[in-house]
Amino acid sequence: MEGTLLFDALREAIDEEMARDPYVCVMGEDVGQYGGSYKVTKGLYEKYGELRVLDTPIAENSFTGMAVGAAMTGLRPIVEGMNMGFLLLAFNQISNNMGMLRYTSGGNFTIPTVVRGPGGVGRQLGAEHSQRLEAYFHAVPGIKIVACSTPTNAKGLMKAAIRDNNPVLFFEHVLLYNLSECLPEGDYVCSLDQADLVREGKDVTILTYSRMRHHCLKAVKQLEADGIDAELIDLISLKPFDMETITRSIAKTHKVIIVEECMKTGGIGAELIALITENCFDELDSRPIRLSSQDIPTPYNGKLENLTIIQPHQIVEVAQQLVRQGI
Amino acid sequence: MSQRTTKASVQTINTPFEAGAHAERLSSLTSAEKASLDREIGLELFRDMTLGRRFEDKCAEMYYRGKMFGFVHLYNGQEAVSTGVIGAMKKKHDWFCSTYRDHVHALSAGVPAREVMSELFGKETGCSKGRGGSMHLFSKEHHLLGGYAFIGEGIPVALGSAFTSRYKRNALGENNSDSVTAAFFGDGTCNNGQFYECLNMAQLWKLPILFVVENNKWAIGMAHHRATSDPEIWRKADSFGMKGEEVDGMDVLAVRGATQRALERARAGEGPTLLECLTYRFRGHSLADPDELRAEEEKKFWAKRDPLKTLEKDLSTNNLVSSDELRAIEKEIDEEVNDSVEYALAAKDPNPEDLTRYIWAEN
Repeated sequence: MEGTLLFDALREAIDEEMARDPYVCVMGEDVGQYGGSYKVTKGLYEKYGELRVLDTPIAENSFTGMAVGAAMTGLRPIVEGMNMGFLLLAFNQISNNMGMLRYTSGGNFTIPTVVRGPGGVGRQLGAEHSQRLEAYFHAVPGIKIVACSTPTNAKGLMKAAIRDNNPVLFFEHVLLYNLSECLPEGDYVCSLDQADLVREGKDVTILTYSRMRHHCLKAVKQLEADGIDAELIDLISLKPFDMETITRSIAKTHKVIIVEECMKTGGIGAELIALITENCFDELDSRPIRLSSQDIPTPYNGKLENLTIIQPHQIVEVAQQLVRQGI
Repeated sequence: MSQRTTKASVQTINTPFEAGAHAERLSSLTSAEKASLDREIGLELFRDMTLGRRFEDKCAEMYYRGKMFGFVHLYNGQEAVSTGVIGAMKKKHDWFCSTYRDHVHALSAGVPAREVMSELFGKETGCSKGRGGSMHLFSKEHHLLGGYAFIGEGIPVALGSAFTSRYKRNALGENNSDSVTAAFFGDGTCNNGQFYECLNMAQLWKLPILFVVENNKWAIGMAHHRATSDPEIWRKADSFGMKGEEVDGMDVLAVRGATQRALERARAGEGPTLLECLTYRFRGHSLADPDELRAEEEKKFWAKRDPLKTLEKDLSTNNLVSSDELRAIEKEIDEEVNDSVEYALAAKDPNPEDLTRYIWAEN
C-alpha cells in the first residue's frame, strides 16, 4: 500500500469529519478556491461549497472571533491560520473568547473549535514565519493544545480535535507536511490527551514533540549504537500534559531530557520541568535537562538558523553525558 | 466656580452649539419614519425602559452600599436603544451581543432581573453562575451571546452568530433559519479595526446582522469628535455598500422604526445595516468615574430628552395610557427590582468545590 503524505492525512481527516457532521466547517485565508497554502483543504471547497469552506478576507482577529460566535450558536468551525504566527493577531479571540468564555459564562456556552496551521522553524522563512506559538498560548485557560508529528497521528488527532467540544489549538509543522506513511484503515481517531511512547528504553527518558520527534529518533539510533537505551516519548498533548506516561517513564529511567523547538524562556519545557520537579522529585537521579531553541528571533541566515534550534548531535552528546557521567 | 464648571465653560467657548456638536446633530436630525404605537406595544416599551432605568439606579445604590464590586457601567439615558432594538426582535430566536455596559441589554432580551442582579452579587443563581460579573452576562436560553469587556471583541462573535443563521439556511437547507443578530457597541469602538473588518465581511456575505452603535459621545473621557476624523458613523456604511441610518437614540419609537426596517432587510437575505443611535449616558462611564469632563449645558440638553419622558409624552398625547397606569407600572417595576435584590442577597455563593468547573466542556 502506498503511503499518505501528512498534509493529505489532515485533509482526509477534515473531509471525513465534514462528511460525518454537517455542522463542521472550515474558515480562513485561502482555504477554499486556493485549497490552502499547504493544500490541507484542497478539493474541499468544490466538494462542500463556499459556506462550509469559507475563504475569508485577511482579518485574523475578526474571522477567529467569528468562529467563536459560530461555535456558540451550533457550528463546529475549523480555523486555519495560514501560518500559525499570524494568529498572534487573534490572541485576544483565542484567549478571551475561545479559552475563557465557557468559564466566564458559567457553562452557558461551549466553543467547539479547532485552530490549526503550520508553525515551527522552517527553512529560512525569517523570524515572523518561524514562530512556536504553543509556548505563547500555554498559559491560556480552557484550551487544549496538541502537536502532530506523523501522518498517522495527524489524521487521528485531527479527527479527535474536531469531535472535541473544547477549543483545540492544533499545531502542524511546516517541515513535516511531506512525511509519508501508510495510514490505519477505517475511522481512525487518537486520544487528544495521550502521549505516544515512541521507543521503550531504560537508561534515559527523552520528552519531545512535533518535528523534534524526528531529531530525537535520529539521536536515539546513534545512542543505541553507542549502547545507550533511551526511552522516547512524543508528548502529543502540550496541554494538558500526559503526566501519567511521563511519570511512569521517569520512575523507570530516573533521568530526563526535554527536547523542544520553542524558546527556552517560558517554553513548554519550562512548565514540564516544573511539573516533573513537583511530581517526580524523588525519582530523579540527576537534574532534568532542557534542550531548547535560543531565546532570539529566528535569523534568516541558514547557518545561524541551524544554530538557533537543537540538532540531533546535541541530543546525543547530552544523553551520553547524562547517562555516563550523571550530569 | 467649581473646577468642573470651569472646564465645561472652556469647552463651550469654541462650540457654536451650546451643548456641543453631538447635541447639534440630534437637534438637526430629520427623523425617518418612526414605529407605530398602540397601547399594548407602548406599555411593553415603557415597562422595559423603566425596568432598565430602575434596575440601574438600584445597582448604583448597591454599589455605593458596598454590596457590589468591580467595574459597574450603567446604562441610564440609553434605554431607548436597548428597548427599541431588542423589543422589535424575536426573543429566544434572534441573538444579542453586548459590551461591558450589558445589564439592560440582558433585561431587554428577557434574562430575569433576579438572574442579572444575582450575577452582579456574584451568586450561583446569576446568569453566568457568578463567574462572569457585571461585564460578562451570558444566557444561552435568552440568546444573549454575552457581555464583552474589551472594545470591539463582541462584534466578530455577533458576526459568527449571523453566519450560523445563513449557514443553516444556505448550507444545511433549513429554510426557517431566519434569525438576526444585533451587535451593540459604542462610538469609541468605531475607531477599532474589528468594526471595519466585520462591516466588510457582513456585507460581503450578506449576513443577517444589525450593527447598533450607541453613540453617547464619550469613550470614558475621550470625546467622539476628538477621536474620530468623521464623527458621522452611519455614513461609514456607504464605503461597504451597506445601508446605514442615523437614528434619534433618545426616542424609542425612532429606534424601533429603524430596527424594523433593518430586520426586514436582514430576514429577506439583503444583509446587514449600520444603525447609529445618537444617545447619551446620564451617568459617568462607570461608577468609579468622577465624570469631570462633561459640560453642564451638554448634560442638561440630553436630560431634557430623557427617553422615558419622551415615550410617556407620546403615550399621553395619543391618549393610549393614563399617567396613573404608568405610575402603577413604575411601582410594579420597583417591586420587581427590590425582589431581585432580596433574591440575590439570599442566594448562595458558588460552591468553592466548583472553583474549576466550567473550564472544560462536560460532554
